[in-house]
Amino acid sequence: MKNLTSKQLVGVGLFLFAVFVAVPVLIRITGRWDFYFTLTSVALLAIASAGVWLTFYIGRINIGQGAFALIGAYVSAILVVKGGVSFWISLPAAGLFAALVAILIGLPILRLRGVYFAMITLVLTQVVTLTALALPITNGAKGISSIPLPSGISIFGVPIIPDFAAMENTKLAFYYAACILMILTYAALYRLVNSRLGHLCRSMQQNEELASSIGVNISYIRIVIFAISSFFGGIGGAMFGSIAQSVYPSSFQVADSVNFMLNCFLGGLGYVFGPMLGTLVLYFGWDLLFELGKYQLLVYSLILIAVIRFLPNGLLSLRLGKGGPK
Amino acid sequence: MTPLLQIRNVTKKYGGLTANNDISFDVSENEILSVIGPNGAGKSTLFKMISSFVPTTSGEVLFGGERISNLKPHVVARKGVVRTFQETTIFKSMTVRESVIVAQHLRAKASLGGYFWGSKAAKDDVVSFGKYADELLEFLGMSEISDELASNLPQGNLRALGVAIGLATGPKVLLLDEPFAGMNHDETMRMVELVRSVRDARGVTVLLVEHDMPAVMTISDRIVVLNFGEKIAEGTPSEIQNNEKVIEAYLGSADDEIGM
Repeated sequence: MKNLTSKQLVGVGLFLFAVFVAVPVLIRITGRWDFYFTLTSVALLAIASAGVWLTFYIGRINIGQGAFALIGAYVSAILVVKGGVSFWISLPAAGLFAALVAILIGLPILRLRGVYFAMITLVLTQVVTLTALALPITNGAKGISSIPLPSGISIFGVPIIPDFAAMENTKLAFYYAACILMILTYAALYRLVNSRLGHLCRSMQQNEELASSIGVNISYIRIVIFAISSFFGGIGGAMFGSIAQSVYPSSFQVADSVNFMLNCFLGGLGYVFGPMLGTLVLYFGWDLLFELGKYQLLVYSLILIAVIRFLPNGLLSLRLGKGGPK
Repeated sequence: MTPLLQIRNVTKKYGGLTANNDISFDVSENEILSVIGPNGAGKSTLFKMISSFVPTTSGEVLFGGERISNLKPHVVARKGVVRTFQETTIFKSMTVRESVIVAQHLRAKASLGGYFWGSKAAKDDVVSFGKYADELLEFLGMSEISDELASNLPQGNLRALGVAIGLATGPKVLLLDEPFAGMNHDETMRMVELVRSVRDARGVTVLLVEHDMPAVMTISDRIVVLNFGEKIAEGTPSEIQNNEKVIEAYLGSADDEIGM
């Protein structure tokens, strides 16, 4: 990350400090251990949302990330439970499998634009849920439960990742693992957007005809981006399944797919780190309104509508200077 | 010597409508050739077939002896035949310089992965793209607006931006889509100079589709005239001016328009 300005470096430093030191210390002081689970969820949902943001970046509205999260969760669970594979190997495998499915599905549907593409992706989550109910390997409605915790990994006797099952505080371990994954995801996303592939995506987003006239292979790039997007979905889903130690056809539903998209809107489509902030705000916003009981959804929706109406470029458009803690 | 671009018996039918019927002509290297014709003569369709934006119904387009019709637009662009658009087709939220830089991607030596990891070749590319963008914008007299957002540019500059984007890809043939449309006399003359200098200084062959008769007569080495989807004449500007069929076509079409 040599190209970052000093201000950005300070921002990244502050962010890392907050995530890895300040939050655990605060949780220890306040004794709110349940926050670990909440924040871990936020980190994982932010990974899946990063994928959705990337499809927005090529001008496609993706309401199907739940499908790829579910695929990832199942692939990882099946590999760990039925194949006896280490979770840490099943994790990239889940991402790659989701990417492969995305390539096969993307070939026919990525030609569609606007609302047509959005509609098909919306149906996708439901299709994957129904497939999970029907296939023997996914165990139907009963799903896959009692997934063992991630085992340790050591190279030449040096432990790289400790055995989660042997740990006292698995919550903290999952929190760290999820945050590291999230940071890797966003670092990769940041690089991608600021590299040539990102520039080509921007050219396609702004004008596909002009992009193809300057020699951009738009159908190829669309597929690559959709695959990367779904890879993130698969990774997020797989990690989620491992934390919950179970996967059901209802683990990710259409509502989750919609939320992934809302996270991007809320944070800001113009900012790489928008979906991260959006996920955090959306997730906590929902919890904070819990007191309202049956009016929770109503108030929540009204606030969302207001935010999208008055901040069409997302929450990050509020920030004062450029290059803050992103 | 074989001509650089050969249009061979190209026909395009949309259902029962024939937009282009059996059109053939050649474009030599370093030539400025214009395709003109009244409204609905099939100029745009022909233009799109040459750049492979639409497939031909029959016939083919050869570039250096190689078929370039019925391919994908980006493949044709990679071979060196690049089209421009009319002013509304731009990268709206990029600056002039950014647009010209992104258009150079065909010249990239590093792979997409190399860019992601920041390889040496990728860094060299970034430097050379920036340098070439500055040089090209200087050449086109656009240095002053290089950091201007494309969506903020006036119409005349947008047309020049289109040419800049096309040139940045390093084409052998540049296809210009009505480069003078909607321009006043001064703007047109500036554009004429620009297109000439593109040919003279950069060695780019130019094929343009145009409405504006005086501009076409000034700029073209040769002219092809279409009417109702057929080629009715081909020759130097003075030959075309005295061609009876052409005069008839233009006057005839005027009659049609007022319903006589």
